[in-house]
Amino acid sequence: MIPELGHFALILALLVATAQTVVPLWGAHRGNAAWMAVAGPSAVAHLLLVTVSFAALTWAYVVSDFTVVNVVANSHSAKPMLYKITGVWGNHEGSMLLWILILAVFGGAVALFGGNLPPSLKARVIAIQGLIGIGFISFTIFTSNPFERVFPPPLDGQDLNPLLQDPGLAFHPPMLYLGYVGFSVAFAFAIAALLEGKVDAAWARWVRPWTLAAWVFLTGGIALGSWWAYYELGWGGWWFWDPVENVSFMPWLLGTALLHSAIVVEKRDALKVWTILLAILTFSLSLLGTFIVRSGLLTSVHAFASDPERGLYILMMLIFVIGGSLTLFAIRAPTLKPGGLFAPISREGGLVMNNLLLATATATILIGTLYPLILDSLGGGLVTVGPPFFNLTFVPLMLPLVFVMGFGPMMAWKRTDMAGVLGRLKVAAAVALVVGLATLYLQNGGPLLAALALGLAAWLFVAAFTDLAAKTKLFRAPLADSWSRARGLPRSQYGTALAHGGLAIAIAGMVGSTAWKVESISVMQPGETKDVAGYSFTFEGVERLQGPNYLSETASFTVRDGDGAFVAVMTPEKRLYPVANMPTTEAAIHTRWLADLYAVIGDKEERGEGWTVRIYYEPLVPFLWLGSLVMMLGGIVSLSDRRLRVGAPRQAKTRVPAGPAVQPAE
Amino acid sequence: MTRKRRRLHVALLGLLSLGTATALVLTAFEDNLVFFVSPTKIAEEGLEPDRYVRIGGLVEEGSVQQLEGNRVLFRVTDLAHAIPVTYDGILPDLFREGQGVVAQGSIGADGEIFVAREVLARHDENYMPAEVAEALQASGQWRPESGQPPPR
Repeated sequence: MIPELGHFALILALLVATAQTVVPLWGAHRGNAAWMAVAGPSAVAHLLLVTVSFAALTWAYVVSDFTVVNVVANSHSAKPMLYKITGVWGNHEGSMLLWILILAVFGGAVALFGGNLPPSLKARVIAIQGLIGIGFISFTIFTSNPFERVFPPPLDGQDLNPLLQDPGLAFHPPMLYLGYVGFSVAFAFAIAALLEGKVDAAWARWVRPWTLAAWVFLTGGIALGSWWAYYELGWGGWWFWDPVENVSFMPWLLGTALLHSAIVVEKRDALKVWTILLAILTFSLSLLGTFIVRSGLLTSVHAFASDPERGLYILMMLIFVIGGSLTLFAIRAPTLKPGGLFAPISREGGLVMNNLLLATATATILIGTLYPLILDSLGGGLVTVGPPFFNLTFVPLMLPLVFVMGFGPMMAWKRTDMAGVLGRLKVAAAVALVVGLATLYLQNGGPLLAALALGLAAWLFVAAFTDLAAKTKLFRAPLADSWSRARGLPRSQYGTALAHGGLAIAIAGMVGSTAWKVESISVMQPGETKDVAGYSFTFEGVERLQGPNYLSETASFTVRDGDGAFVAVMTPEKRLYPVANMPTTEAAIHTRWLADLYAVIGDKEERGEGWTVRIYYEPLVPFLWLGSLVMMLGGIVSLSDRRLRVGAPRQAKTRVPAGPAVQPAE
Repeated sequence: MTRKRRRLHVALLGLLSLGTATALVLTAFEDNLVFFVSPTKIAEEGLEPDRYVRIGGLVEEGSVQQLEGNRVLFRVTDLAHAIPVTYDGILPDLFREGQGVVAQGSIGADGEIFVAREVLARHDENYMPAEVAEALQASGQWRPESGQPPPR
């Protein structure tokens, strides 16, 4: 009964979404206030219906209702409750429902919190959200119905893929989807603006918080996915330039560009057409990301069983959304009035640099990701584009970006005295030089790129906080004075410094783990000791244990440091999940904060007592997670800025005057 | 600075980055495209040593042998032809006899044995790597009733 209720609610949601799209769009076109007013309530009704539907599916999982095919295929009565719930989105049908729910949440949020939007813009934004909803809900109902029944019901389920029974991956999809779907709001605003034929500073102010929120979630989603790959796959790596990773990274890169170009629209009324295009492309890449993963178009080490028959529907929807929005863009963009002028050396110029580099990097990743697909469809054979391709194209584009990021936030709008800006960055430059040279010296002829990148990370980190110090006159004015200045500084300035600083920390992590990782693979006999990167690992043996829904072979290693002092006992496991008949590897990770120790066991020797053991020394990896968290924190702090919370002024004329003395936020 | 000049500057910058990107992509493509070859193709046409490729097929039943240390020797078959493969390291969890596998590497100096640098099996029991499906289809050994439909 309850699953039928969920199914019915979803069908009703489709009808409501249709009304939510058609009526307000027509109303906005004809200037009919009553029709436009339909938008808000219908978005809320849409949200309520989808919530009921999602709750119904969750309920079926919680009580292990094995009359529902989806529950049979992805759950088991013996599974821990947390994974019963997260199992709801651990499969194709359920994850589509989650997508729809998040889309409805964003649509409802625009309806509830968009009180200060002009009625026609609000009506159009909500209508576009409804249109996206129609696409996804109909896709789910017609090709991937999660509420399908089975008769006779089996006694028990087939269990969720054990790799997904993990806290990191349990919350990875919701975070990632919050990011992807969050960009739908920016997309809806862009389409609405094209329909209205008007983009101004106020528009940019409304778009920014949504983009920022989406960016924070996407950052978190990517970091969680990377963290999961790091500890669960047992390969000791955290990023593989795998298609599935790339498709989540591309919207992040373009979303970052969008975040920055929207600032220019807001402050300077320039780059408007470009910002609209970015909003469209960012969401298009998000759609591409969702669908590439779901359609099995690209083969990937992370690919789970997927159904190619849905591909056609997906392709049509992509063509409709991307093609339609770009056509609209081509028709309407020329009508947007170009805005303020600026010199090449200015804050705007810096942000244009940021946008160019990010867009170019996205393009190279897109080529690398889609090339195998294109070549194959042209009959050119099956190829794989490996990580070296991405390292060779992506890294050279990011190095100048990080360099510009150091001084970008200090440049003035319109035109900048570059000598003055660089003069303030003497400390950062000195620190960068010292770090770079020290790295070069310590690694003793290692990769030059590592020293350069680490120097740049130091440059960025110090520069991010030099900016804050300069604005609060730290050490130049009395401390009390600095304190009051610090409190008066807009939060978005702290957000910028944190996000940039966080990236610097994360870069240090990327460099360290790539350049100085130590790997040791060997067969170890019980009692044997092996030295890796200054730590000694003693293999104590393997025990057989029984988990809640798995069997485990747990090894134990005693780790001591160079002086023989006890560090930790590490217990990597090999598990067998009997229901799914699937083995998994559980890595043991002990963090030393500046580095991780990482151990995995393989198979037992056929003759003898030895086990294949893989031990990694992973320098600076914890910095990656720390850096991602700091970046997210930066986004959140910036989101709490007063300017974004209180109603934005209706007129574009109330811009903050530009100038080095009263530097506006960012 | 007039509007026209600004536009020119932006256009030049755009072209510059586009050019850089193209140059980067082209140079990187040159060495980093890994082509897929099936065991049958290797058996028929051979494979020059040191050419880095990706092979795929099923792990032949009864072919897996542990050598000294953590070296493993097995045969990858598309059910028409098979080639011997050695690998030094820990095999993925889902590596099993009779199951699909993808290996990346090159033919060793002896011209016979494929030395794998990477061995991949997938996260999911029911999932057949596209390359494996392709190899089986190409060798005419694809039997739809024995498993999932081919992914493409």
